Amino acid sequence: MLSEVEMRVALEERHGRRLQEAFSQAVVAVCGLGGLGSNIAICLARAGIGKLILIDFDQVDISNLNRQQYKVSQVGKYKTEALSENLREIAPYVKLEAHTVRITEKNAAGLLASASIVCEAFDDAQCKSMLASVVLETMPEKYLVVASGMAGLDSANSIKTRKVMERFYLCGDEVSDVGDGLGLFSSRVMLCAAHQAHVVLRILANK
Amino acid sequence: MVKINGEKLDFAGKTIEEYLRTSQYDPRRIAVERNGEIIPKAQYSETTLEEGDCVEVVSFVGGG
Repeated sequence: MLSEVEMRVALEERHGRRLQEAFSQAVVAVCGLGGLGSNIAICLARAGIGKLILIDFDQVDISNLNRQQYKVSQVGKYKTEALSENLREIAPYVKLEAHTVRITEKNAAGLLASASIVCEAFDDAQCKSMLASVVLETMPEKYLVVASGMAGLDSANSIKTRKVMERFYLCGDEVSDVGDGLGLFSSRVMLCAAHQAHVVLRILANK
Repeated sequence: MVKINGEKLDFAGKTIEEYLRTSQYDPRRIAVERNGEIIPKAQYSETTLEEGDCVEVVSFVGGG
């Protein structure tokens, strides 16, 4: 197995030492580990983010395998556990803090305390609104990256990142609602997750 | 006049809640920002829009 030093040096060669320093000191929370969250976490772990806080109450289901970064052998496992396993294979030295709970207005402050950037990666619109509200209303020091609108087979090019206000970014096409009977496809969900992960890296790079 | 999602509307003196009631927005699926500041959900009924305010209602859709 590669040593921590070998992996750090390889990342520094790719990203530059100063940027890699910023990535390795960052703590990012991923709220929901479905199609968005599992992809966001993998992107961030590959980039050498120092610590990921992974939060999801659910277990891997057969219906997740069309777009979420889990394997057939992991069906039935908690997503926190399954994703931690997969991340450990990709980036063995990323620090992981996994919480197998449902995020609520009451427990959010404690769960997200050490994160400087929060990625919202739920599938339910009301849950998205709840998390956005609690972070924006009570955690003004944190950055928030929300996803809205990535269902269906509309163009890949309509997925965008928009800065709504200071510290609040929104990724997606903002209209394609899974509730309208559109399916979720791995390619378009990954695009949206990649937008979210990319904003995180840009925030850390001060872009 | 108040600018709401880019459109100039005659809602000065009205509350956020009064505006939302006239709109298609589902209050459980939105976030409201006014002049760069988030308006807490619990304060929609007591936050009065003022002349020249710039408001954005962000509406979330499902999927992830």
